[in-house]
Amino acid sequence: MSHLELDMSILEPGLLAELDAYIESLPDPQGSIIAVLHKAQELNGYLPRELQLYVARRTGLPTAKINGIVTFYSFFSEVPSGVYTISVCTGTACFVKGAQEVLDRFREELKLEEDEPMTEDGLFSINDVRCIGACGLAPVVRVNERIFGHVKPDQVSEIIAQHRKEAADAS
Amino acid sequence: MSQENKSAGIPLPNIFDRPANTVTLTINDIPVTVNRNSTILEAATKAGVHIPTLCHLALDGFDIHSETSSCRVCVVEVEGRPRLVTSCSEKVVEGMVVRTDSPRAIRGRRTNLELLLSNHPRACLTCAKNLDCELQKLARDMSIREITYKGERKRFDIEYSSRAIIKDPDKCIMCRRCETMCNDVQTVHVLSALGRGFDSVVGPAFHADLGETTCTFCGQCVAVCPTAALTEVNETSRVWRALHDEKKHVVVQVAPAVRVAIGEMFGMAPGSISTGKIATALRRLGFDAVFDTNWGADLTVVEEASELVSRIQNGGPMPILTSCCPAWVNFIESQFPDMLHIPSTSKSPMIMLGAMAKSYYAQERGIDPDSIVVVSIMPCLAKKAEAARPELSKDENQNVDIVISTREFGHMLQEIGIDFPNLVESDFDSLMGESTGASIIFGTTGGVIEAACRTAYEILMEQPLERVELTQLRGLEGIRSGTVMFGDTPIRIGIAHGLGNARRLLEGLRSGEYEFEAIEIMACPGGCIGGGGQPYHHGDMEVLQDRQRALYREDRNTPLRKSHENPMIRRIYDEFLGTPYGEKAHELLHTHYTAREKI
Ligand code: SF4
Ligand code: SF4
Ligand code: SF4
Ligand code: FES
Ligand code: FES
Repeated sequence: MSHLELDMSILEPGLLAELDAYIESLPDPQGSIIAVLHKAQELNGYLPRELQLYVARRTGLPTAKINGIVTFYSFFSEVPSGVYTISVCTGTACFVKGAQEVLDRFREELKLEEDEPMTEDGLFSINDVRCIGACGLAPVVRVNERIFGHVKPDQVSEIIAQHRKEAADAS
Repeated sequence: MSQENKSAGIPLPNIFDRPANTVTLTINDIPVTVNRNSTILEAATKAGVHIPTLCHLALDGFDIHSETSSCRVCVVEVEGRPRLVTSCSEKVVEGMVVRTDSPRAIRGRRTNLELLLSNHPRACLTCAKNLDCELQKLARDMSIREITYKGERKRFDIEYSSRAIIKDPDKCIMCRRCETMCNDVQTVHVLSALGRGFDSVVGPAFHADLGETTCTFCGQCVAVCPTAALTEVNETSRVWRALHDEKKHVVVQVAPAVRVAIGEMFGMAPGSISTGKIATALRRLGFDAVFDTNWGADLTVVEEASELVSRIQNGGPMPILTSCCPAWVNFIESQFPDMLHIPSTSKSPMIMLGAMAKSYYAQERGIDPDSIVVVSIMPCLAKKAEAARPELSKDENQNVDIVISTREFGHMLQEIGIDFPNLVESDFDSLMGESTGASIIFGTTGGVIEAACRTAYEILMEQPLERVELTQLRGLEGIRSGTVMFGDTPIRIGIAHGLGNARRLLEGLRSGEYEFEAIEIMACPGGCIGGGGQPYHHGDMEVLQDRQRALYREDRNTPLRKSHENPMIRRIYDEFLGTPYGEKAHELLHTHYTAREKI
């Protein structure tokens, strides 16, 4: 059961001012709600509940409707995501081939609790996804656009290390 | 314009013989002529062909339509069309040839139903909607014996926290009827489809509990949900526990709209009046005192009419708004916080009766108020939330302890096997059981204000009102207005039912488009006869009209028709309350409103 605790003070005034200016520049903010949400996500990185509520109040649209839009389109995210998003497929085929152990191992290695979206350094986030259409490779893990097939729990640390290194090289 | 008819190759009557706005088609070889804008489903109904539906909702007469066409259990075959079409949305065209009984159409409907069932918990035995569920009925009607598809089952928590409505999203079939009611009809906008694909359900933003949102608990979403995804919080076990507790003195009261609806649960015709049977049934259940919310309604009328008169004499604030509908009170508190000075401060009939049971009645009978349990049987789910409001209490003792819906009451009677239709009739207990015709019509839109006018007129004019039936206030249109002459003074009255209409009326008031001295608002379409706790009408609006007619009939058949003439109301003022709208009345019978900001 959810207990809503919304803390509007987490929203940065500067960011809100910029969002307000954007909304004011639109002839029909309600009709352009997707664009407004894109802007909000671009400014904040993701769309926490507080920001969704702010957009609802600012545009006069129902909060339920805003939340419906945000949860419908995959390009919106309610949680912050890391540089690398690790998607572990838990569809039927992958599940049968041990996806849960793989998922658990990722959480363990990255020290992420189930409701924690992202590692502290902002590098990794994890989610479990439904069948991604690569059942022949089950269990399947996707890191951003990169696919790893037949993943065993013991390969998890290697996958993480590979991306840590990639990130370090890039910076 | 009739070219394509010929290609369909069926004999048609000369199209010039009938008005141009009709269309003729055949359904299973039966010719039928309908209006041009009809759907295949409507044409089939006219032709006497039944097509199963699930997501589709059309409450004709209230102009309420939900047309998501998401379930596809209504598909039929149309000659010349490669795919099956959804008959609830597809419009008829001249010469159309429709088959609902072809193997392909039947197979299509079955497959679509099986897909829905594959993702549905098979919990009918213990489900709140067992034998009242449209999905279950379809499975039976289509002879489903086995479900071949094994879909994934969603898993969501059941939400009970609101004291009024239970949300069990695993049973949601995404028909979106509730959204139509909440968003389009009630304009409360707390429900939306959330998520995508298999994970999607309908719920409030952020999956919040309903109590954390601006939900008014009108229960109109519950009234139309085909499954048990939305039901009422069941309180019958609390009632049984109180009845079985020797130390408790259990008092019960029944709202006006319950007596014209409960019979439907026992096969009686809609609009049957069961007042006397209800009193007998309640005694069989073991209640210690059997009272009538109508008595509370008479008391409310006297207080509200006195308040109206006092506002007329003291220059406002005008208009006065009725306040007996708790969903409406929830609505104004969150949607129009700047207008909280206009509703009448009178408590609702249910709360007034509860407050009097724990003061006047307790004193008369020498019973400790703390041992009294007040149970209310209501057509409404918002009444459950109202009873829990902290301000509706005295010395931390709630005025009303438990509220059950008409449906829950029916289930209690079924549980102990009471043969309701054949019960002998009896009267409510004296003291708080006598009532007038004015209180009976509280159950329908327009009734509260008509009752208030009958009394306010006589208080202000100090002469009898000859014509008590104020027919200019009656009807079922969403927003109505009428004028009642108090001598030379016109009292302009506005009436709205359904919260969307209430919103329009209040906005018109704010902008100056409307001017009224008094306004009645009821949250549910039709008023309490269409309440969220009434026996399911399954989309048949005739039922509401039958209930409404029954209330007006009962008013006509009651000897006293003005609330202030109720001898037991006179007595309570003489012996206990003093003057109407006076000091003691204020302490016990009036309340206040609070602006609420929620999501
Ligand atoms: S909602 Fe209907 S089909 Fe579903 S479990 Fe309940 S009775 Fe059965
Ligand atoms: S009870 Fe009324 S306000 Fe609340 S969700 Fe249902 S329809 Fe909306
Ligand atoms: S909650 Fe009920 S009415 Fe609403 S979409 Fe689900 S099944 Fe339909
Ligand atoms: S189940 Fe994992 S890719 Fe299909
Ligand atoms: S009833 Fe026609 S699609 Fe649901």
